[in-house]
Amino acid sequence: MNGFLAILLKEFAHIRRDRGTIFFAFVVPVMQLTIFGYAINVTIDDIPMVILDLDGRQDSRALVEALCNTQTFRVAERVHDHDRFRRAITAGRAKVGLLIPPDYAEHLLRREQATVQVLIDGSDSQVATTAMNTVALLVNRLAAGRARAVVEALQTGPARDEGGEVAPPIEARARLLFNPDLESSHFFVPGLIAIILQIVLIFLTSFSIVRERENGTLEQLFVTPVGRTGLLLGKLAPYVIMAFGELLIVLVVMVAVFGVPIHGSLLSLIGLSSLFILTALGLGLLISTLAATQLQATQLAYVIMLPSVLLSGFMFPRSEMPLAIYALSFFLPVTYYVEILRGVILRGADLIDLAPNIAGLLACCAAILGISLLRFRKQLD
Amino acid sequence: MNAPVITTQRLTRRFGDVVAVRDVSIDVPRAAIFGLLGPNGSGKSTLIRMLCGVLRPSEGDGRVLGVDIRRDPEAIKRRIGYMSQRFSLYGDLTVRENLQFYGRVYGLDDRRQHERQDAVIELAGLSPYIDRLASRLSGGWKQRLALACALIHEPEVMFLDEPTAGIDPVARRELWDLLFALSHRGVTMLVTTHYMDEAERCTHVGYLYLSRLIAVGRPVDLKSDPSVTPRGTRHVEVECADPTAALARARALDGVRDATLVGNALHILLEETRDEPWLLAAVAAGDRSAGVRPIAPTLEDVFVLLSRAQQAREASS
Repeated sequence: MNGFLAILLKEFAHIRRDRGTIFFAFVVPVMQLTIFGYAINVTIDDIPMVILDLDGRQDSRALVEALCNTQTFRVAERVHDHDRFRRAITAGRAKVGLLIPPDYAEHLLRREQATVQVLIDGSDSQVATTAMNTVALLVNRLAAGRARAVVEALQTGPARDEGGEVAPPIEARARLLFNPDLESSHFFVPGLIAIILQIVLIFLTSFSIVRERENGTLEQLFVTPVGRTGLLLGKLAPYVIMAFGELLIVLVVMVAVFGVPIHGSLLSLIGLSSLFILTALGLGLLISTLAATQLQATQLAYVIMLPSVLLSGFMFPRSEMPLAIYALSFFLPVTYYVEILRGVILRGADLIDLAPNIAGLLACCAAILGISLLRFRKQLD
Repeated sequence: MNAPVITTQRLTRRFGDVVAVRDVSIDVPRAAIFGLLGPNGSGKSTLIRMLCGVLRPSEGDGRVLGVDIRRDPEAIKRRIGYMSQRFSLYGDLTVRENLQFYGRVYGLDDRRQHERQDAVIELAGLSPYIDRLASRLSGGWKQRLALACALIHEPEVMFLDEPTAGIDPVARRELWDLLFALSHRGVTMLVTTHYMDEAERCTHVGYLYLSRLIAVGRPVDLKSDPSVTPRGTRHVEVECADPTAALARARALDGVRDATLVGNALHILLEETRDEPWLLAAVAAGDRSAGVRPIAPTLEDVFVLLSRAQQAREASS
């Protein structure tokens, strides 16, 4: 523990003088929160639609109106011939095309099945899936309504609901748990805590050590009686404190600005976050033992950061990944921490629910800290 | 108290297949200024790092202040100061903060910290710059600050790795005055340098060549060493208008053991069988301004002659 206080005070003096560190530690996270919380909106609505209505009577107008009322679609263009209909889609002005045949109303009157054609631009799979599901759902509902009117007239029917009205024989009552409005910020913001903590800890800790190596001051310190423990703790403690400050900021912004409530225990959230902070610290330390310059440290940090963002389940569901990539994600500490954060914050999960993830995070933490402490010596060879 | 402060026996350090320091044995008495010289890559820094306890020797033994450098490097670190060839202080801290930091690192209490801080500030003359950021100091003042930081815990031994590299001549002279002041207070110093004039001022010098220590001793003893002036030879200096051409001619002469350019003159190791007029006629014929005179060998002559001899031995073995 020799020299712990000396190093600690010096490190705070560096942080105080270096605006870059403060900016990186406190402004960048807020920027990331804004980007992921507001800008990336994965609930899709207002898909532009082109309409070729060859019927033009009340029934066909009702269909178009019903589609627009879902808010998923908006009418981008109304055309009157097939050529311009196709062109609206190929030019990208519309993602969806609705073609209503001239005999739409007649079919309905004669109780024959009426067919409308829906063309969907499949190049953006998320938009296409949403459009397809919405159209299918809406048309089903319209069709069921018409069927009910017919059944009503016949004084019979497949089933009745509590009010005695004609109803479909089976109804599924789905209830969305944890995120009833399907807000994408509820999904992203908790995971973002993991990413922000990791970025800041990896960069700041590895830089603070590599900078001393680059400047020759680390060599100077090796010649002093400063102990290895004192040197490491003194250098790392300030960044642990900063990481907790950030955790707090991000949690407050999450609850106050994005309205994501914390359903689980705050204490276990903080406790498990400390475990992750320790792990990320170990990653920073590991980088600092491998890199001779700050440039190398940056490159190594990206080697860890990119898979952490893309493969940890923070952005894309892990279950959809090919087996090899899925297996790789088990070696990323962020994977477990993202699960833990979403579990505690969104689902109110307790320690027993999260046991597998806690075990995984513990294993990563022990391995990373072990390796990096072994590698960090107070010797020059 | 005549035991040497620094002593090594056949100290060796390998990096893989490369031998950076081979069989180096030195003894440095108390209050000596031991100058360590040698070309780049000859192993000077490696030797210093082993003595400071940051690099483990591969073979051989060493003691600093009686402490074994293998067994207890941490005990050595409390009692030595180290100043490296690069400016290695914190540029974003002030002069005072740097001194405070190193004081804390060595565990000085408040009273002692103040006492020592005032002492080194006065010694290094840093008082006008006390609140300046270290990165804003000029080269010479940075080195003074580095020296002050290395002295904050009043070490008994100082290791200085090229302390004067890249600073101006006045600052260089002033830094050496500081080193002499320390030597008078009983501090033992081991200093590496490339400057021959600095070597001449050391009480003892050692010359590392191809990782071996090929010469060690007091400058005056080295200059009178029989291997530098073998029996039947003497040192002369030739001044002429075209020393480069004269050098080529001299080297081809029978009776000239060695010839080197020093400034605008030639230093020649001449056999006693030849006399000066003969030499002058042979190397600078027709040059009326040319002159020749006997000289005592300089340290540079010593090192050049010894490294040539060593080179020849390595080549023949």
